[in-house]
Amino acid sequence: MAEIRNYTMNFGPQHPAAHGVLRLILELDGETVVRADPHVGLLHRATEKLAESKPFNHSIGYMDRLDYVSMMCNEHAYVRAIENLLGVEVPERAQYIRTLFDEITRLLNHLMWIGANALDLGAMTVFLYAFREREQLMDCYEAVSGARLHATYYRPGGVYRDLPEVMPKIAESRWRKGKDLKRSNAWREGSLLDFIEQFAVDFDSKVDDYETLLTDNRIWKQRTVGIGAVSPERALQLGFTGPMLRGSGVEWDLRKHQPYAKYADVDFDIVVGLNGDCYDRYLVRVEEMRQSNRIIKQCVNWLRSNSGPVMPKNFKIVPPSREQMKSDMEATIHHFKLFTEGYCVPEGETYAAVEAPKGEFGCYLISDGANKPFRVHLRAPGFAHLSAMNEMIKGHMLGDVPAIIGTQDIVFGEVDR
Amino acid sequence: MTESPNSFSELLKDVLADYEIKLEKAPNGELSIQVPVAYWQTVAQILRDDERLHFEQLTDLCGVDYLSYGNDEWETEQVSSQGYSRGVDAFGPGRFDWQQRPEVQDFAERFGVTLHLLSIKHNRRLRLRTHPEGDVMPVVPSLVEVWNSANWFEREAFDLFGIVFEGHPDLRRLLTDYGFVGHPFRKDFPLIGNVTVRYSEEKQRVVYEAVEIEPRVTVPRVVRRDSRYLEAGSEQDV
Repeated sequence: MAEIRNYTMNFGPQHPAAHGVLRLILELDGETVVRADPHVGLLHRATEKLAESKPFNHSIGYMDRLDYVSMMCNEHAYVRAIENLLGVEVPERAQYIRTLFDEITRLLNHLMWIGANALDLGAMTVFLYAFREREQLMDCYEAVSGARLHATYYRPGGVYRDLPEVMPKIAESRWRKGKDLKRSNAWREGSLLDFIEQFAVDFDSKVDDYETLLTDNRIWKQRTVGIGAVSPERALQLGFTGPMLRGSGVEWDLRKHQPYAKYADVDFDIVVGLNGDCYDRYLVRVEEMRQSNRIIKQCVNWLRSNSGPVMPKNFKIVPPSREQMKSDMEATIHHFKLFTEGYCVPEGETYAAVEAPKGEFGCYLISDGANKPFRVHLRAPGFAHLSAMNEMIKGHMLGDVPAIIGTQDIVFGEVDR
Repeated sequence: MTESPNSFSELLKDVLADYEIKLEKAPNGELSIQVPVAYWQTVAQILRDDERLHFEQLTDLCGVDYLSYGNDEWETEQVSSQGYSRGVDAFGPGRFDWQQRPEVQDFAERFGVTLHLLSIKHNRRLRLRTHPEGDVMPVVPSLVEVWNSANWFEREAFDLFGIVFEGHPDLRRLLTDYGFVGHPFRKDFPLIGNVTVRYSEEKQRVVYEAVEIEPRVTVPRVVRRDSRYLEAGSEQDV
């Protein structure tokens, strides 16, 4: 008679449902997972150590590459830490632009998540729908920063430049011409703000579309209801933040409770779940998209009716304008010093956190008074979530592994750093 | 955070009076306390369980290597006849080894463990720091029992800094390669690393080789303590 015993299986690191380079060692009893041991670090680039060897501003671009689907939120935590130590005031318009782009980033992230998670669990169409909208939001990124993903748009003191007056149009090509081109450019006749407003007006109906496909879908519910349930007490113990914590019913959102940028001045609701399972976290994230859209509309309204600087006029930190540099010796010197040496940040330490789409993204910064940080530690939400993988997955079936990886919204850029 | 930081710091002093804590308040209002290694676990337990403090979540824990703190590569006190190379050839963090370490130590101990706590009930944050003894193998009691989220954070600090967390249930390397030698985030570990990896066509497998690239510095590390930065604010309306 054959002896029955547990066997160990290797999942990843090259697996489409591993969302990057996760290697999971799974101990299985039949098809039930007894133990999961995630091996991470395959994408470890020592971002924190690299940042120690560079002037402060050089590392902003590295922050984009951490959680590479919510780029500007990472930048936000880093520049806020520097601003804390420098004691710089950020102009109001820049604060609103940051709020606007943080929410655009949240949409980008949640769209990626809903698409990829649904695809993992067998729903193809949502992915195509979500990426259609993502494309338009990435055009907004491109319009302000010139880059679709790695924007490096936030700078200590504000944002790199004001919003463009003209939204770039899609050029005619073999693939886009005639009626098709006209439709793609329909929203792009005015400024960037016009484009975002049109998008925001339209977006709620798009969220309805995703919900039509998933919320009452029998298969979707079978794959998510009751899977990976976490009690609120455990969620706090395990260091959960963001939608993972709110999905378990804890009403906690840094945007409301410890507001930064202009979140205290905009109106939105915190979304919480009841059961803490994959389905509740899905509902939380979907509703968060609607709330983000609400914030975006309010920011657009404010930015339309108010103008002002987006950077302080502090030339020790912010470069002077090109025009000024050509006529003013002092400005040339400032520019030269800033770009060859950077700026020194007063000695001290600080922790700045933002409510990134995945949870609390924090930056712990120690400066010893030099033009480079002495130590940067980045607190990635996904890191804490993934460390709870074993507890969440225990007792579930092998097929639920992708559901749980998906619901944690893991991105290895930030977990491995 | 509606209450004044003062009442909170008074409360902390009151509750933790017996544990030789050192309380620091940053200009931006962030509170941190320094705790001796001996009381690390006890203080953590109190911070979590005392109803007036109630820090139910550990958001972040990390190691810090204070070696070469305050050291610069670019001497700016006096005029010099040397060129840019004096900054480029100097030894900054990640470019010196243990023998060449600079003598600028302001700290009694080389390593530090910092953690950030969050109390959702009271909407407060607190930073906790301890400095374990020793330059080579610092030992700190593990906090996994108090906050389960410390598990991976402590593994990371062990991996990157070689700080040993006593009582940790599963202290393995986390982020570095299988079979990695050394603790890469120590300041005396080279920034460019020690080994490179490539696939060898002859041997038909991945091989490790000594690193060949030269470290390159584009901007030297400078510490400026002059008054420009204090007065920078007054330039704003120029």
